[in-house]
Amino acid sequence: MSDGSIDLKAEARAKAYAMPLEDINLADTEMWRTDTAWPYFERLRSEDPVHLHPAHHHPDGAFWSITRYTDIMAVDTNHEVFSSEPSITIFDPKEDFKLPMFIAMDPPKHDVQRKIVSPIVSPANLHLMEPLIRSRIQSTLDSLPIGEPFDWVDKVSIELTTQMLATLFDFPWEDRRKLTRWSDIATAGPESGLFVTDDHETERRMELFACVDYFTRLWNERVNAPPKGDLISMLAHGEATRNMDRMEYLGNLLLLIVGGNDTTRNTMTGSILAMNENPDQLRKLQANPDLIPSMVSETIRWQTPLSNMRRTATRDFELGGKLIKKGDKVLIWYASGNRDETAIENPNAYIIDRERPRNHLSFGFGIHRCVGNRLAELQLKILWEEILPRFPEIRIVEGPHRVASVLIRGYSSMQVVIPVRT
Amino acid sequence: MAKITYVEHNGTKHVVDVKPGLSVMEGAVKNNIPGIDADCGGACACATCHVYVDEAWRDKTGERSTMEVSMLDFAEGVKPNSRLACQIKVSDALDGLIVQMPESQH
Repeated sequence: MSDGSIDLKAEARAKAYAMPLEDINLADTEMWRTDTAWPYFERLRSEDPVHLHPAHHHPDGAFWSITRYTDIMAVDTNHEVFSSEPSITIFDPKEDFKLPMFIAMDPPKHDVQRKIVSPIVSPANLHLMEPLIRSRIQSTLDSLPIGEPFDWVDKVSIELTTQMLATLFDFPWEDRRKLTRWSDIATAGPESGLFVTDDHETERRMELFACVDYFTRLWNERVNAPPKGDLISMLAHGEATRNMDRMEYLGNLLLLIVGGNDTTRNTMTGSILAMNENPDQLRKLQANPDLIPSMVSETIRWQTPLSNMRRTATRDFELGGKLIKKGDKVLIWYASGNRDETAIENPNAYIIDRERPRNHLSFGFGIHRCVGNRLAELQLKILWEEILPRFPEIRIVEGPHRVASVLIRGYSSMQVVIPVRT
Repeated sequence: MAKITYVEHNGTKHVVDVKPGLSVMEGAVKNNIPGIDADCGGACACATCHVYVDEAWRDKTGERSTMEVSMLDFAEGVKPNSRLACQIKVSDALDGLIVQMPESQH
């Protein structure tokens, strides 16, 4: 694409290898907006795979970066030493705005809360939802303009994942874009352009309070009715969740909203980008649609919609010859592990029929592994099953524009043209 | 070599010889037997190599580890004879082992 990205990438590579290791700052949101973290990861994996960033690299202080596949796996599966409390992002919880959520809890509380909501993505439930997901994808694709540019992020990725989320919550249909907004607001940084004033933290809290107020009305409806299969009813009737206070309700809502929305949304957009950058892979898929499940896994690896998770050491622990101290903040970079040449052959290439496409880190491993992974795969699979017979080409004409976030590897917009419909 | 029978959820049987030292999961993956995903590659970290061990073989396949118990806790359709195939090491003592796969790995 002629957006200067090649120059930007060459420049980042030269810079990544010229600067002293201690100056590499993976928490720099600009690096994520411009998608230039890759050479820095490559250098850290080979020269300092367990790397300590100094305190001035992030407002919330020093942190470790774990960049090799096997080390990431070792941390992710050792939940006794590497706790998910008090936060699973680089940001520490704000003393006056703590949002408990089960992804950021350790056993036993994590386990019981997770089990309240996990039946919504059981194999039986996915089977029931499949026809609905397919019909919505069909009508969304059928409504797209032919021969004129439109924003794929808004018209397809956001629309489909928001519809899905509204169904999971049994959320009022006409208000469903509120879910998108709350998802964006929950993770937005000052650079996002989503805030009107400089006091973005106050703005964020105001909107999130409006979110929990809205959902409290739904809770009150559901708690007074017999239990049914939506997430709010499950939380309102669940033994481990029915006594949550307002902030814990909000915390778990945001977990479900962001987890069920941002990740799949950005992978849907990523799949179009990957095919534009790798037209040979699109031709391979068109010639053999049986490759769709494998392509979905490869896209999830290639996109890595959440670039890292944060853990906090509960005791001193030696990893890769370095001493991680009790209380230290540790970022496990799934984005880097998914490009680790010692674990994945030719990792920078997008290969839809690679040998073991499911062996990626994007869903995490261990007890916090993504609870909605099968639903995400199902939506992406159906999306491509319905794209292939309709559109021989979906051409990117402008963008994509990426979000400036250390956590979310995502897109704010991407203009495409569909030249013809089959 | 140990002869292992993998039974798919639909009843299809696959009988293969597996080298001692490999895991029951690796035996399935190396022989392209469907029904075992093994997303984590054998790290006891994803529960996508869930199998049911035939009753006659439960003692010989040993006990679940603490991590295995945790991972199975979040899997679907878990029964008393559920195991993660990556945590069962093949030996001559397991010659004749029979395992069944669940409807889907979840």
